[in-house]
Amino acid sequence: MLLIHCPYCDETLPEAEFAYAGEAHIARPADPMATSDEEWRDYLFIRTNARGPHYERWRHVHGCGRFFNALRDTVSDRFLMTYKAGVPRPDLPATEDAQ
Amino acid sequence: MSRYRIPGKGRVDHAAPVRFSFDGRSYMGLRGDTVASALLANGVHLMGRSFKYHRPRGAVTAGSEEPNALIGTSRGKGRAEPNTRATMQELRAGLVAESQNRWPGLGFDAGAVNDLLYPLFSAGFYYKTFMWPRAFWDRLYEPVIRAAAGLGRAPGEPDPDRYASRYLHADLLVVGAGPAGLAAARAAARAGLRVTLVDEHAEMGGALLSDPGVVIEGRPAWDWLAAVLEELRGLGVRLMCRTTAIGYYHQNMIGLCERLTDHLDSPPETAPRERLWRVRAARVVLAQGAIEKPLVFDGNDRPGVMLAGAAQTYLHRFGVLVGRRAAVVTAHDSAYFAAFDLADAGVRIAVLVDTRDAPPADLLDQARRRGIEVLAGHSVTATAGRLRIRSVRVNRVRDGQVAGGRAIACDCLLMSGGWTPSLHLFSHTKGSLIWDAAAQTYLPGETIEDCHVAGAGRGLWGYGAVLADGDAAGVAAASALGRAAAGAAPAVAHDRTGSGEAQRELPSDMAPSLARAFVDFQNDVTAKDIRLAVREGMKSIEHVKRYTTTGMATDQGKLSNINGLMIAADMLGKAPPQVGLTTFRPPYTPTTFGALAGYHRGSHFELTRKTPIDAWAEERGAVFEPVAQWRRAWYFPRPGEDMEAAVARECLATRASVGIFDASTLGKIEVAGPDAVEFMNRMYTNPWSKLAPGRTRYGLLLGEDGFIRDDGVIGRLADDLFHVTTTTGGAARVLTMMEDYLQTEWPDLRVWLTSTTEHWAVAALNGPNARKVLEPLVEGLDISNDAFPHMSVTECRVAGIPARLFRLSFTGELGFEINVPARHGPDLWRALMAAGAAHDICPYGTETMHVLRAEKGFIIVGQDTDGTVTPADAGLGWAIGKAKPDFVGKRSLSRPDMVAPGRKQLVGLLTEDGAVRLEEGAQIVDDPARPLPMRMVGHVTSSYRSATLGRSIAMALIENGHSRMGELVHVPMPGRTHRARITGTAFYDPDGARMKL
Ligand SMILES: [Zn+2]
Repeated sequence: MLLIHCPYCDETLPEAEFAYAGEAHIARPADPMATSDEEWRDYLFIRTNARGPHYERWRHVHGCGRFFNALRDTVSDRFLMTYKAGVPRPDLPATEDAQ
Repeated sequence: MSRYRIPGKGRVDHAAPVRFSFDGRSYMGLRGDTVASALLANGVHLMGRSFKYHRPRGAVTAGSEEPNALIGTSRGKGRAEPNTRATMQELRAGLVAESQNRWPGLGFDAGAVNDLLYPLFSAGFYYKTFMWPRAFWDRLYEPVIRAAAGLGRAPGEPDPDRYASRYLHADLLVVGAGPAGLAAARAAARAGLRVTLVDEHAEMGGALLSDPGVVIEGRPAWDWLAAVLEELRGLGVRLMCRTTAIGYYHQNMIGLCERLTDHLDSPPETAPRERLWRVRAARVVLAQGAIEKPLVFDGNDRPGVMLAGAAQTYLHRFGVLVGRRAAVVTAHDSAYFAAFDLADAGVRIAVLVDTRDAPPADLLDQARRRGIEVLAGHSVTATAGRLRIRSVRVNRVRDGQVAGGRAIACDCLLMSGGWTPSLHLFSHTKGSLIWDAAAQTYLPGETIEDCHVAGAGRGLWGYGAVLADGDAAGVAAASALGRAAAGAAPAVAHDRTGSGEAQRELPSDMAPSLARAFVDFQNDVTAKDIRLAVREGMKSIEHVKRYTTTGMATDQGKLSNINGLMIAADMLGKAPPQVGLTTFRPPYTPTTFGALAGYHRGSHFELTRKTPIDAWAEERGAVFEPVAQWRRAWYFPRPGEDMEAAVARECLATRASVGIFDASTLGKIEVAGPDAVEFMNRMYTNPWSKLAPGRTRYGLLLGEDGFIRDDGVIGRLADDLFHVTTTTGGAARVLTMMEDYLQTEWPDLRVWLTSTTEHWAVAALNGPNARKVLEPLVEGLDISNDAFPHMSVTECRVAGIPARLFRLSFTGELGFEINVPARHGPDLWRALMAAGAAHDICPYGTETMHVLRAEKGFIIVGQDTDGTVTPADAGLGWAIGKAKPDFVGKRSLSRPDMVAPGRKQLVGLLTEDGAVRLEEGAQIVDDPARPLPMRMVGHVTSSYRSATLGRSIAMALIENGHSRMGELVHVPMPGRTHRARITGTAFYDPDGARMKL
C-alpha cells in the first residue's frame, strides 16, 4: 500500500484514504463552445499514458476531501512529489533535485 | 519406538507421543513432528499421487517448498483444508490426514493409467488434442477435464473459524530466522532498533536446526541459538514463529500470515485460526536462505528420492532416518555433509555419485574414512521400485559419453543439484535479478525499496560468511536509521562451506523420449516436455511456462524454475538470462482466503445502510432489496400474496386513493453560497437563474462527454440555497463531481457543498387523496393547489416536526415529499399512517415505485440510460437551457457523433400480446427471419406488468426510435420471438393532469 503526502493536511497517509482522479494539468477550456471538434476531443479523451513520471490528480477523499496534484513514476509506482491544485506544473529536473 | 526414529535424537519430545491418522490408518508420532517426519519415522514414504500421471510420490523436501506431499487435513465440520504441505503441518493429537489424487487408494490408483499413456501426454497436449471439433469442447472435453483436474477437494461447508488482522510498525523487519536473520536482528536490536523477526517454521533457527555440529562464538549451534533468542527477547525483539511473509508490497509493507491454532490439539473456541499482519517497516532484511535444487534424471520422483538437505533435516531436527541404505547423487559439496551425518547415525551409504570429475579432496578424505564409496564423474540414469525406490542405476560419464550402468540397491536416494537463493519476496519489490554465470544462478540486484538481502539469499555459502553478512545487514539497517552500531561477526568453527556445479538433466544412455526426468514435480512436467516446447517454437521462458505449465503449480516453481530455465536455455543455445525468468508474485506460499478476508465476512463484508423507516418496514413484513449500499423495502406482501400480486395491489391502491413510500435513500446535497445559482447553471443542463425561491425543477446532470450521469428534483429554498436531490446510487458520485469542478475549475466561486442524504428522512405521499392525508398535519401553510402548486418547496412543520415540504410527483399522481430530520422519521411516518387510515393509505416499495414511474415514462438513470445516452436520446431535450453559454457537457452535444443519425433513442414498447412481459435486457431485431448472426437494433431497458393499464409495458433504446413510432419490432426471448409496437413512453395520463389536482 502506497503512502501519499496530502499537501493540504501536510501528512503522509495510507493510500486507502485517497482516490485517483486522472491526469493533471488538463484545464477545461475557458469557452468550450469556441473550441473545434478536434480541440474538444483532445480535451475529453487524449491522455499522456506516460511510462515514468506522470502528473496526475488525487483526492484525499477520506480526509480533507481536497483534490491535489502529484508526480508519480508509473514504473516504480513511487510518488516523486505532491502539490496543491492550482500550482503550476513543476519541471521534471527540478523535482528530481528536490527529491 | 518405530524403526526409523533414533531414540533421544532431534528436537522432538520423545516423552510426548501423539496419535494421528493417515488414510484411515492410525500412526504414532512425537510432539514436534510434522506429518511428514512422523510418517517417515513410521517408514512411510508414499504420501500422495501426482497431478497428471498419478505417479506415486513422497516428500522430497522438509519445508514449505514441498511439491509432492500435499495432504488433506480436517478437524470436524467445515474445518477441512486441501493441499496442506505434510512437511509444514505440525502433528497434533487426533489429526486426520488424507492423501490426494488417488482412487480407490494410494497404493493402487486407477488414474495411474495416465502414466502408461505418458507418450501421449506431452507438452501442449491440451492445446493440441482438444481443439476440434468445437462443439466437443463444451460437451465433452471441458467437463471431463474439469472433473479430472484439480488438487485435493475444496471444502464444501462454510469455514467456522475466525481470522484476525492487525497492523504493525517496526524499525526493522527480518524475514527468516536462520543464521543470517538471527545475526541481523541481534546487531540491529543491540543498536536500539525496534525489530520484528519472523520465520515460517514452528521454531527459529533455520539451517542451524539441521547442522548442530557447527560451533558459533565458542558454543555448539543449538546452544548459540538458544542464547541468541534469549538475548533478542531481552532486547524486546518481537519473535514470530509459524509466520510466513507472504508478500512484499509498496513502501516496505510486508504481509505476514501467522498460523495460530493449526498445531494445537484442541484450540480455544474463540481463538482466531490465523492472523494477517500488515507490517510497515522502515528497513527490511530478507534472510530467506536458499532452496535446494533437485537433479533431473529418469525416475527422480520415486518415493524415497528426496533432497539431501531434507534428509539431513529429518535426521537432526526430528531424529528420523529416511532410510537404512542410502544412495546419494550430487553436483554440490553440501550433500557430502548430509551423507556423513547419516553415516554417523548408522545409515549405510550405498554409494555417493558426484556428477563432477574432481570433488574436493578433503571431502573425498572424509568419505573414505567413513567407508563411503564415491563415484566421481558419474551420472544417475534411472531408479527402480514400485511404491518406493529399490535401486538406482549409476553410469560412468567420460567426455560426454555415458558408459553402461549398474544397479545399486538402496531404500532412499538423496540428491542435490545445488542451491537457489530464495528471492521471491525480493522479486515482489520489482527488484532486478542478476545472473551470476559462475554460480549459475540469479542473485539480487537493485530495488527501490529500503531492503537488504542477506546470507544464502544472495548466494553466500558457509555459516561464517552468512553470519557475518547478517550481522553487517543489521548494522547497515541501524546506520540507515541514524543509530550507531558496532558489528560483531561471529566466529565459526567446524563450518560447512562448499560449492557445486549447475546441471541440466543428467547425462543418460536412455532414449530421451522414454526418460521420465521430472523438472516440476507438482505439475508433472519433464525435461522432455520443456525441450519439446522449445522445438515447437517457444522462445521465451514465459511461453515455455504456459505451454508446459512448469512453475505454475501451488509451489510457484520453487524447486523447478532454475532447472526448467537451464534446460530451455540449453535447447535454445542461449545464456539463461537471455531466456528470462518468470515473475514471482505474492503470496509466497498458498494462503487461506480466511486470512485475507479477516473480519470482512458475512454482515461485515459490506456495510448495509438502513433508513429511519427500515425498522417499521421490517415489522410490517416488507421484502427488501439492495440498492447501492442501502437495503430498501421492495414490496409489502399481505398473507398469501406473491410479489406480483402485492405490487399490483400497491399500484392500484396508490392510483385510487393514496400510497406512502420511503424515499429517504435519495441523495441530497445542499448547494449554498452567493454564487450558488451560477454554480448550478454551470453544473446542470437546466437554467436556474429564473427559478424563484420556493420553486423546484427537474435537474439533469451530464458528464463532460454529454452523456446523462444523474437526475433529480432540485428546490431553491433561498437566493443562495439549493436543495439538490440525486439518484440513490449516484449521491457520492455527484458530490465528487461537484467538488471536482468547484475545487479545480472554478475555485473563484463562493459555493459550499454539503452531503445531507442521511440528515433527512423522506416520506413520499402519492395519490388523489394525498392532500387530504397531509393537510391536517401541516401547520401554518396552505397546501391547496393554488397556494402550493405542483413543483413547490417550502419549510414548514408537519405533525409538529420542522420539515422541508416538496410538492412533486414521480408517480404521475398528486404527490408530496416530506423531509424531516432523520431522527423524527419514524414519528412522521406513524403520523402519516394514522392520518391516512381513513383513506386506506397503502405503503409501497421500490417495485411499485418503478412500475408507477414507468407508466408515466419517467426514466431511471442507470436503467433506461447506460452512459451512452444523451438528453436528446432520452427525450429530455426540453431540460436543456439552450440560452446558457456553457454547462458541463454542453460542447459535447454538438460533436459529430452526437448529432449523427442512427443513435439509439428511448421509446415505449407495447407487445402485441399484452399478457407477455418482455425481459429487461432482451435484444430487439427488425426481422427475425434473417440468418444468424442477426443485426440487433436495440434492447429493452424497463419492463413491467401494469395493473393500472391491464397489460405489460416496456421501454427500450432503439436506433432512430423517435422516428419509428407505430412500427413493429421483434424481441427474441427463450421459447419464442415476440412482436411489439414502438410507442411514446407516457403510457398513463400523458397530459399530466393528475399531478396538478
Ligand atoms: Zn488532506
